[in-house]
Amino acid sequence: MAVYKFKTPISEEEIRKLNVNDVLYVTGTMFTARDQAHKRALEYFKQGKPLPIDLEGLAVFHCGPIVKKKEDTWTIVAAGPTTSTRMEIFEDEFIRSFKVRVIIGKGGMGRRTTEAMAKCGAVYGAFTGGAAILAARAIKSVKSVEWLDLGMPEAMWILDVEEFGPLTVAIDSHGNNLFEDVQRKVEENKQRIYQKLGLSP
Amino acid sequence: MEILNIAEKVAFNLIKQAVIYLPEDVKQALRKAYAEETSAAGKTQLKAILDNIEFAEKYQAPMCQDTGTIIFYIKAGAKAKDLYKIEDALIRATRRATVEVPIRPNAVNPFTQKNSGDNTGKLIPWTNWKVVPGEDIEITVLPKGGGSENVCVMGMLVPGEGINGLKKFVVDAVLKAGAKPCPPNILGVGIGGGSDIAMKIAKKALLRPLNVSNPDPEIAKLEKEILEAVNMTGIGPMGLGGKTTVLGVNIDYAYRHPASYPAAVAFNCWAARRAAARISADGTVEYLTHKVDEVK
Repeated sequence: MAVYKFKTPISEEEIRKLNVNDVLYVTGTMFTARDQAHKRALEYFKQGKPLPIDLEGLAVFHCGPIVKKKEDTWTIVAAGPTTSTRMEIFEDEFIRSFKVRVIIGKGGMGRRTTEAMAKCGAVYGAFTGGAAILAARAIKSVKSVEWLDLGMPEAMWILDVEEFGPLTVAIDSHGNNLFEDVQRKVEENKQRIYQKLGLSP
Repeated sequence: MEILNIAEKVAFNLIKQAVIYLPEDVKQALRKAYAEETSAAGKTQLKAILDNIEFAEKYQAPMCQDTGTIIFYIKAGAKAKDLYKIEDALIRATRRATVEVPIRPNAVNPFTQKNSGDNTGKLIPWTNWKVVPGEDIEITVLPKGGGSENVCVMGMLVPGEGINGLKKFVVDAVLKAGAKPCPPNILGVGIGGGSDIAMKIAKKALLRPLNVSNPDPEIAKLEKEILEAVNMTGIGPMGLGGKTTVLGVNIDYAYRHPASYPAAVAFNCWAARRAAARISADGTVEYLTHKVDEVK
């Protein structure tokens, strides 16, 4: 297990150094995107419409934050990760289209994303679910907000972050997926549990 | 002060208390889990959770950005005055909390996908009523997170399989949920009544403190047996592996139809938020789950 501190934009070469179980901290530009923002970004890409910012080399955070506006300044109050599997239907295309390097969320992602990460050079960093204040403390400022018509949680919040983490590298760019490893062990434990409870499989 | 204003103030305080301060029994269970966890990844997650709980209190901010769907449970004394005003007070309190705590706007129209922006909308916040003797009004808030809500399950089990069928149903629900509900979780298990009733019982069971077992020793034993079983899954904190997947199992039940065995499992995330208060007829308020000076 190694600890890495990367600054955005992150290159493919840097991302390929990471292996599952490594710990990563990200400094620079990160943006939030949940279901609706993924959907809209991909629609824009298909229509050839430019996005509000160039996403290449950035970190995307599966997060719907609580944000407070005082006069003209937005402040992040709480910003923990949301469940990433909801974005599984978009993420492979998202990685291929925009060359984001770090996907941050909770709960892990599936085969399609794992394969896209191996192909294009990206990793999944697991951030502790619900640890919203830990996350908020690493967010230095809100650079801008895009697509606020989607609502506060679904909008794209573009953030300036400093050593955002710890992120456990749970999917690396070599085809490894820590959540799948745990899942395999869980599957093995299932029979032991059934036996203990006196259940037939 | 009239009940509309008192109830609004109390409900606002309850929402604020709930989203910033975890109840002591949940904190203790998390500290114990951290002390006993042997998986390095799992321990890192529990450490982050404990640090985050401290930061939330220190900075007076919601511990999790998902401040949930706001659900209330009201025990209304039959002799209390102006009970019809309570729901209005709860809606006002929810709107105020959205701006002033703040809590995240989490009420979306399922047809237009528009977020109301203030945590209210048709039937939301949801209020469960129970009429009890006396004049007091007890208000409990359960801000229910979406991640853990998405893995709640309800099933019509085979009556002939009895308790074994129930055990398998709960274990399978935990296995299927995996990392999604932000483990370590609390499980509310509801049995009987009917499909809707089982889930209502399950969700209400989430309000029981972790250090209180079911008063029926046989059910308490079953709670312990299921707890030990689900913690053998190895899912661990945040699904990254470890021995703490569930902090507690709270079972409750209703009688069932001879042909039906309804069962429901309600999941709560580690941020198992709840707060309650009692308003007396003379307007005095007693906070039941949190010390009132915790609200600044």
